[in-house]
Amino acid sequence: MSATLALWCVGVLLAAAAIGTATARLAAAGPIVYGTSLVASVLALGGAVDGLLGPAPPSSATLPLGLPWLGAHFRVDALAAFFLIVVNLGSAAASLYGLGYGRHESAPHRVLPFFPVFLAGMNLVVLADDAFTFLLSWEFMSLSSWALVMAHHRVGENVRAAYVYLIMASFGTLCLMLAFALLAGVDGAYGFEAMRAHHAGPVTAALVLTFALLGAGSKAGLVPLHVWLPLAHPAAPSHVSALMSGVMTKVAVYGFIRIVLDLLGAPEWGWSMVVLALGGITSVLGVLYALMQHDLKRLLAYHTVENIGIIFIGLGLAMAFQANQVTWAAALALTAALFHVLNHSLFKSLLFFGSGAVLTATGERDMEHLGGLIHRMPLTAFAFLVGCVAISALPPLNGFVSEWLTFQAILQSPDLPQWGLKILIPAVGALLALSAALAAACFVKAFGITFLGRPRSPAAANAREVDRFSLVAMFAFASLCLLAGILPGLVIDGLAPVVSGLVGDRMPVQLAVPWLSIVPIAEPRSSYNGLLIFLFITLSASLAVYAIHRFASRALRRAPPWDCGFPDPRPITQYTAGSFAQPIRRVFGTSVFLAREHVEMSPPGDRRPARLTVKLRDLVWETLYAPVAGAVDATAGRLNILQFQTIRRYLSLVVAVLVTLLLVLAIWL
Amino acid sequence: MHDLAVQGGQLLLVLLMAPLLTGFVRKVKARLLRRQGAPIIQPYRDLARLLQKDVVLADNASWLFRLAPYLIFAATWVAAALVPTFATSLLFNWTADLIAIAALLGSVRFFLALAGLDVGTSFGGIGSSREMMIASLAEPAILMIVFTLALVAKSTQLSTISDVMLSAHVGLRISLGLVLVGLIIVAIAENARIPVDNPATHLELTMVHEAMILEYSGRHLAVIELAASLKLLLYVSLIACIFVPWGLVGAGAGLGAYLLGNAAWVVKLAVGGALLALFETLTAKMRVFRVPVFLGAALMLGLLGTLLLFVSRGL
Repeated sequence: MSATLALWCVGVLLAAAAIGTATARLAAAGPIVYGTSLVASVLALGGAVDGLLGPAPPSSATLPLGLPWLGAHFRVDALAAFFLIVVNLGSAAASLYGLGYGRHESAPHRVLPFFPVFLAGMNLVVLADDAFTFLLSWEFMSLSSWALVMAHHRVGENVRAAYVYLIMASFGTLCLMLAFALLAGVDGAYGFEAMRAHHAGPVTAALVLTFALLGAGSKAGLVPLHVWLPLAHPAAPSHVSALMSGVMTKVAVYGFIRIVLDLLGAPEWGWSMVVLALGGITSVLGVLYALMQHDLKRLLAYHTVENIGIIFIGLGLAMAFQANQVTWAAALALTAALFHVLNHSLFKSLLFFGSGAVLTATGERDMEHLGGLIHRMPLTAFAFLVGCVAISALPPLNGFVSEWLTFQAILQSPDLPQWGLKILIPAVGALLALSAALAAACFVKAFGITFLGRPRSPAAANAREVDRFSLVAMFAFASLCLLAGILPGLVIDGLAPVVSGLVGDRMPVQLAVPWLSIVPIAEPRSSYNGLLIFLFITLSASLAVYAIHRFASRALRRAPPWDCGFPDPRPITQYTAGSFAQPIRRVFGTSVFLAREHVEMSPPGDRRPARLTVKLRDLVWETLYAPVAGAVDATAGRLNILQFQTIRRYLSLVVAVLVTLLLVLAIWL
Repeated sequence: MHDLAVQGGQLLLVLLMAPLLTGFVRKVKARLLRRQGAPIIQPYRDLARLLQKDVVLADNASWLFRLAPYLIFAATWVAAALVPTFATSLLFNWTADLIAIAALLGSVRFFLALAGLDVGTSFGGIGSSREMMIASLAEPAILMIVFTLALVAKSTQLSTISDVMLSAHVGLRISLGLVLVGLIIVAIAENARIPVDNPATHLELTMVHEAMILEYSGRHLAVIELAASLKLLLYVSLIACIFVPWGLVGAGAGLGAYLLGNAAWVVKLAVGGALLALFETLTAKMRVFRVPVFLGAALMLGLLGTLLLFVSRGL
């Protein structure tokens, strides 16, 4: 894809933003803005697919913007093309979804101007080829998404979410700025080309890596930098939540890959241990947090944290193998990570679209007030179910393939010479398996409580199926989840140029394998065929249905539920989201969240119901963030007196500061 | 063609043998308790009777509730057909390695747990929620076991693993012993056997698997029961093909070898079933919140097996 085409698409998006600003209060503004965004995203998507699969060399473009002596450089190589696919696929679906969902928006003038800007910002980050443009686009992306988080600013918790997000985003940009400054070296070479050629010393490399982890990690949601994510992602309108969770976190992953694997070059093996450990902890903590939620959108947002952990496990593995020159295993691990990037952008967007549909239909995000929606919204329920199966890493859908590839990469760890990695990697594998199993529990809960059972509120009982645009967006992504699951060879081969550009090796060609299996190393070692599994399951299920209905009985009677003879028709007697998670909370929560349960029994004769209260504590927030926030607050309180002075005092203060500064300068020189 | 016949034969054999194994375990258990017990072929009769009966469906059951039994059955059947039972030269044994087979069983559990929640009864919720808790501990344990096996065999492909185990140079290793114990613990939990769950109980607050399928009846119940039998057969065959691979027929053998292989498999199933019945008779059901400790032991055994292998190689 030529960089020029991508820039034209960005231009169209910015024009859409201008139109959105001008016409925001008109009824036609929504279709115009979302329609234009859809067209621009589809165009950019087509160009990016062509750029990744076609034989075209990297293309670049320069605009006379930005710093006067530098200009803004843009370049599309294989890595950028892949992430442009991820960004624009998500953008296209979100725009399509927005066409329907946006009609229910209460404050469209707070969404329409910023939505295309947000899309443009994400595209520009991926396109940027110098540090200045990268950081500018990064801020562009952060601020426009912040504005979208603030769209419903009258809700108190949204304001707090946006505030925390703004602070964390500034912190992340600061870290990235420092990382780029170190990469640029003393001559201030801001172009990526110069950074690539420049070889960093060990101390600089360590610092760059730390800053990249902090900067990109805070945007992606690595524990313990994730705190803003579950607040901000659910606060935005649902199609924006889908973009923030499904796509923006991937742009952060892109930032990390670009800085660490491309610009910096493979760092020492010890650093891969840090990334692996962070990834493992993030994946398990993310899913445990998600399991404790009963707000559907917040559950999904916490679950993004888990998937980011899985992606970083893959990246850490790639770094470990690359540091030891085991390039074929590094290629396997990096392919797994990038495959998961694509997968997560598909199913997480799908799930957020589904939660948006539920929100439109019922006005509820709290699962304790939902239930039974599968009867009222069968199509949404089906698409959401596909997303749940995919995200729980179950065959034959796509989530399983990328986790399976990650496991295959983990199994290659005995080839590494370092003992630290040999012992850490199996442990991370156990964490990964734990998080996959907990994810299945989490999505049984999310789907089961929301869509199955009996409605827990009148809103849920009277829900109606959502509009066609939303359904088309959801079903498109559901079918992509299935396609990527049964034809993973296509994706793996498509990723080959990206992977070989970064680690200098690639996985074996998969489309040449008979029956479209995927074989990471050699067939006697491991192979998987999603297509055949899917066909076998479909065939044997159909066979069973046919044989039983033909030769046995097909009679069916409806009757009240049995429930061991004591059915209670009140919906309140069903399992709730809280009670579903209770066994897992008892097993893991007592240590991770210091969960305490307190049962309050009324004395005999008293007819008040007994109460169970559960206290969970967020240790990350309490130990890391609360002290900092407290210290800032206390300092601000002390300095507050400066605000209420007379003009004379202010003047003397200014003079005193000036004199002090001059004195310091005089002594120093 | 030859491989296709083997694959087809196994596909039918597992389906036919599964109820027999269940019946055999029940019979041995009954005899150990000095009861007469039902005939071994009782599960077949139960299935035939259930298949003839009407389905009584709860009023508010959805399409998922009606679809789930067939999905559960199909996925279990596919998984069982891919584990080498009497021959390693299955046509499709490269379709799924050990990790994928474990994940397929994960899909089965996912739909079973959803079916438990569908009608909206409290028993269904109890079963689903506990099942997912047990699974969250069993799956990491399985993965550590796979890891140890892959360290020994350099493969996650079941046919390759059993070939390597057959070869002389593996010998006796402590790690393999640890892994065997771990795998047995996981198998007990996954098949809802005592001490984790009791397959013969109803109306008890401790039930897990039975609670999820409480609302099923008629043909739906029949296919779920059949899937449960298939899963038991799968786990016994899995343990047999990894740890006692003797008698497994390789590629290109004659008819006699296949008969011998089948006989060996039946003997292995009988021994495995009898041991399971003996173990179940000797232990009591444990409290639900003791199960994590039990399964945690399996996870630790897998981890220990891996570390021991590293140490024994490194020194």
